[in-house]
Amino acid sequence: MFSAFGKVGKFSALTLWLLFTLFPLYWMGLTSIKPVREVTQKYYFPNSRSTLESYRKLFKDYAFGTYIRNSLVVSISASAVVIALGILGAYALARYEFKGKGQVMLAFLATQMIPGLISLAPLYLLLQHLHLLNTLFALMLCYVGGQVPFATMMLRGFIQRIPPELDEAALIDGCNRFTALFRVVFPVALPGIAATFIFSFVQCWNELFLAMVLIDSDASKTFPVAERSFVGAYFIEWGGLAASVMIGIIPTVFVFAMMSKFMITGLSAGIVKG
Amino acid sequence: MSTLTKPVVRKRSADTRKMIKALALLTPAAIMVCIFIYYPVIRTILMAFQNYKLFDQSNIGYSGFNNFRGVFHDSNFTHILKNTLLWVGVSLFFQFTIGFGLALLMKKKFRFIGIYQGIIFIPWALAGFLMGLVWKWIFDDNLGVMNDLLLKLGIIHERIPWLSNPSWAMAAVIIANIWYGVTFFVIMILAALQGVPGEILEAAELDGANRVQTLFQVIIPYIRATLILIVLLRIMWITNFPDIIFGMTSGGPAGGTHILSSWLIEKITYDQDWGAGAAVGILILGILFVFSFFYLLATRLEKDSGV
Repeated sequence: MFSAFGKVGKFSALTLWLLFTLFPLYWMGLTSIKPVREVTQKYYFPNSRSTLESYRKLFKDYAFGTYIRNSLVVSISASAVVIALGILGAYALARYEFKGKGQVMLAFLATQMIPGLISLAPLYLLLQHLHLLNTLFALMLCYVGGQVPFATMMLRGFIQRIPPELDEAALIDGCNRFTALFRVVFPVALPGIAATFIFSFVQCWNELFLAMVLIDSDASKTFPVAERSFVGAYFIEWGGLAASVMIGIIPTVFVFAMMSKFMITGLSAGIVKG
Repeated sequence: MSTLTKPVVRKRSADTRKMIKALALLTPAAIMVCIFIYYPVIRTILMAFQNYKLFDQSNIGYSGFNNFRGVFHDSNFTHILKNTLLWVGVSLFFQFTIGFGLALLMKKKFRFIGIYQGIIFIPWALAGFLMGLVWKWIFDDNLGVMNDLLLKLGIIHERIPWLSNPSWAMAAVIIANIWYGVTFFVIMILAALQGVPGEILEAAELDGANRVQTLFQVIIPYIRATLILIVLLRIMWITNFPDIIFGMTSGGPAGGTHILSSWLIEKITYDQDWGAGAAVGILILGILFVFSFFYLLATRLEKDSGV
């Protein structure tokens, strides 16, 4: 009897949280397809008057296509560079013993404690000095700097789980350290690399404050920045806002849904055991 | 003699070569970290002691502790500290307990668990700022669905001024933050739970331990190190996460929902007073540093005394 009760309790708890998780997204989605004049009316299900006009307006009246492209370019390129730099560093930290290794790892871990927000003003000045303000390239560099320590520690966790005998065998077979890394370690660590990439992509895609400070020109705005000016200027237009929010969350939800399975093992293995 | 020293010398040079290789591999990442994380920290420390206002650029120069004095004497300062404590403490408590509970419920596989995980992990992938906007729409005093639902269910009889009253607004942003952050704990704790060996659970069962005893006397001690680490990480992240507040209230009404990090943003973007912003940043950094020190000390002492 206890177990029957326990089962009911368990599934009601799980269902309750599921509903709570989904409701804000559902409500925003519903708002985005209500006809503009009905946005403030409280009905809870789509009906025959549901329409995509809010979405159409976003792309017709505003340059949301450009903003999305900018965000994609920055996020994907930054994540790719993060992986490239991270895997080299991670390999060194996982496979070599050397003086000062402890200090390097500490310096990487300590970055997690530093509020990224304090770098806003100094980075603005630095990039102004380099004449890189208002460029996606500058934003990408900043994102790489921000993501690389965490990614390195995460990748180190994955590489450590690969038996060293594997690369030693490759060395005996005539590989040097580099080719051993790319031909042997890289393929085996691929799930971990993918998890790290996704993690980095999501962080970059969602980042607002740096982009807000560094980018001012409309042509280089990333999605969150555009979203913010949109809110400021068209505060009351909830239909358009809802549609734009839905567009902003689709890419991450999509990538994430595909990867959720090894996100758990991937992410936590990197952090917990790193 | 010479035959004896030779191998030692060779070994040392092999070590050196190894070290050079390792450092070469680390260099690109280290350079990025130095330029984009540590350089800004140093610059911020300097800036905190400077009069650095964008609208007053001819007067940039060292000003001692003026910025800190300005921050501490701000009439809203104690309120902001209290809010920061509430924001971190209450959010963390509910994120942790709900996350732990869900992880326990999801430990044993059930049908559709893959889909279930996929859905409840979604908040983690969303932008805090955008979700702040979503929750702002939900909590809107007049147009929001929250009041409408509560009224229809008969739980309240008049509208709650969610976003126009500072206390209610604080509750609203914390609710949104709990929604947002549970996922992190589910992911981390679920992974830790999967690492608990089946044998020790069976042994506990054989010893006649009930579920609650097993949880507190076997499972929690086993994953304790992980829990300590993720709670610390989470405290740092929540402290530095003004995104939801920024989307929902921008710190309003009348500064009523500012926490230290959202205040920092305001100092930098609206006030354009970078010196003051830097001072707030250093304050956050200092608080987190001191806190982590005592937190780690306390958790280590506890372990040493065998509790």
